[in-house]
Amino acid sequence: MNQTVTSEQGRNLFAPLSEDEKNNEFIAVESKTYLQDAWAHFRKNKLALISLYFLLFMLLLAIFVPIFSPYSYYEQDLTMTNVLPCAAHPLGTDKFGRDIFVRIMYGARISLAVGFAAAFINLFIGVIYGGVCGYFGGRLDMVLMRFADIIYSIPSMLYVIMVMLVFGSNIFSVLLAISVSGWIGMARQVRTQVLSLKEREYAQAARVMGAGHWRILFQHLISNSIGPILVNMTLMVPEAIFTEAFLAFVGIGISIPQSSWGSMANEARSLLQSHPIQMLWPVLAISLTMLSLNFIGDGLNEALDPRKR
Amino acid sequence: MNTADVILKVEDLKTYFYAGGGLFSQKKVIKAVDGVSLEIFRGETLGLVGESGCGKSTLGRTIVKLYEPAGGKIYFDGQDVTALQGPKLKQFRKDVQMIFQDPYASLDPRMTIGEILKEPMTIHELYQNDAQREQRAVELLRIVGLKPDHIRRYPHEFSGGQRQRISIARTLALDPKFIICDEPISALDVSIQAQIINLLKQIQEESGLSYLFVAHDLSMVKHISNRIAVMYLGHIMEIGDSHELYLHPMHPYSIALLSAVPIPDPVEGKQKHPEPIAGELPSPLNPPMGCPFSTRCPYADDRCKREMPALKEKNGRMIACFRVE
Ligand SMILES: Nc1ncnc2c1ncn2[C@@H]1O[C@H](COP(=O)(O)OP(=O)(O)OP(=O)(O)O)[C@@H](O)[C@H]1O
Ligand SMILES: [Mg+2]
Repeated sequence: MNQTVTSEQGRNLFAPLSEDEKNNEFIAVESKTYLQDAWAHFRKNKLALISLYFLLFMLLLAIFVPIFSPYSYYEQDLTMTNVLPCAAHPLGTDKFGRDIFVRIMYGARISLAVGFAAAFINLFIGVIYGGVCGYFGGRLDMVLMRFADIIYSIPSMLYVIMVMLVFGSNIFSVLLAISVSGWIGMARQVRTQVLSLKEREYAQAARVMGAGHWRILFQHLISNSIGPILVNMTLMVPEAIFTEAFLAFVGIGISIPQSSWGSMANEARSLLQSHPIQMLWPVLAISLTMLSLNFIGDGLNEALDPRKR
Repeated sequence: MNTADVILKVEDLKTYFYAGGGLFSQKKVIKAVDGVSLEIFRGETLGLVGESGCGKSTLGRTIVKLYEPAGGKIYFDGQDVTALQGPKLKQFRKDVQMIFQDPYASLDPRMTIGEILKEPMTIHELYQNDAQREQRAVELLRIVGLKPDHIRRYPHEFSGGQRQRISIARTLALDPKFIICDEPISALDVSIQAQIINLLKQIQEESGLSYLFVAHDLSMVKHISNRIAVMYLGHIMEIGDSHELYLHPMHPYSIALLSAVPIPDPVEGKQKHPEPIAGELPSPLNPPMGCPFSTRCPYADDRCKREMPALKEKNGRMIACFRVE
């Protein structure tokens, strides 16, 4: 056996190349990792970049203002109520004489913490749930996704009420209530991604070389869905922030005298006629934060998806 | 030929896909591979040719156990591997590798070349530490004609031909005994195709492994194959020595397939009478009764339209046609 084809014509057609010819194929591209590349594109989007800086600035203020300010979020000064913005109180004081700037920044801590905590919880559950559904498919996928549909179909206010009844009205209940159904969008997105990526040849190659299910799922499929996952996550943060603000506005969530943007807006309601400026600050904080997070989400969406560049 | 020389044997292999099947419509069966039997010998290359959609990739993917066969047996190295599980499956996954058609989709875009090459070694716990794996990765790059400093780069920085070299290096990382090459060159430029073919040949000469080399035309495949199998609509029509089959195809489909090949040599070309295949490839959802080629075959008679001819030996060749019996 093993007779080789010794056609003269064959030999001539497939003569080996010389050494320098072999390197003709090389394409010189500057070596950049995916994330470096994405950052370069993200930076070109001015709106997203400004939003990112704004958010970082807000974060620094939220951390340091309550520490270094001479005022605290709870101390009342009844001789200084409803002061307009001035040198001592940059944003003025409220009806109890509390410094609004400090309270807004304290509220920023709560809002950002709730927003990011919810996003991380949802990320964790959503990615694993969606990944497992998309990867294993079949009946498991059908059952798990129908279950997710059922959770999603129940109005979220119902979860809020149930959670508050069981765990009381505090910030963790708010977080829990947001997380009960918040992960489903992420799970659906990851599932769709994994479903299409698992047919790619590199995933099949991993199977052929003996990779286990978890290695294929995390190393190859989920790591290649990082773009949509990050975008989904940045869009989840403002959603959670808004839900928390809304719940605080209707009086659920944090307990007084703690401040949240929602509860501040609620307190300013009674002074809307006489001191409308007090309503302006929490509303501005909520809208600017949500707006910048949405811009960042859009920017990431463009930067991380090569087709959208 | 000694049976101990057989590295892979496939017996009456069937792979079916199910399409549709909604609430009101019945599930339709696509018989992508429908009763294929063949043998591949140690150190040999078997070329597998046929039109697009005839089931070549499906056959290859069933052999590497990416698809569950609907029937039939696969023997590798004398062992029945049709329903392997656990550690034995892992050993099989080390011995049998696959090179895919699309060099742009077969490398994970998020991994560096080093990571890609080290992954199979990590999975099979091949070396003691990462430094040794890295060393082996560099060596593999050298074998396939790339440079050691490419190890830190990402797949998108390479051309199609280079990526296919990386794919080849990845399969070699496990020292396989058998590699299925699923149209590894058809996405590449002609000049680069020859380089990849030469590389695969050279590797085979050095390590004595076997290939199943899939392609959709005969002109490329005959240079690397010892024998060639011609496939049509899930069936093997003819298997024979590559040179012989190329010069004297016997099955009407092989003849038609060969005449469809552009012939680079005008002298040789004059001796052939180009006779393009009439008609379209029938849908695998609705294959013809009897011989699958009977709808396009110029010699088909009533019998061909009723029964499928079996693959039979004739002058050292295997042919499935009533005409040559
Ligand atoms: N995963 C799948 N699900 C359903 N049908 C499939 C699947 N894979 C292949 N098929 C069908 O099976 C038949 C054989 O496909 P296959 O990819 O094996 O052909 P091929 O000979 O490799 O063609 P090509 O030369 O285009 O690669 C086709 O009709 C195809 O539509
Ligand atoms: Mg194919």
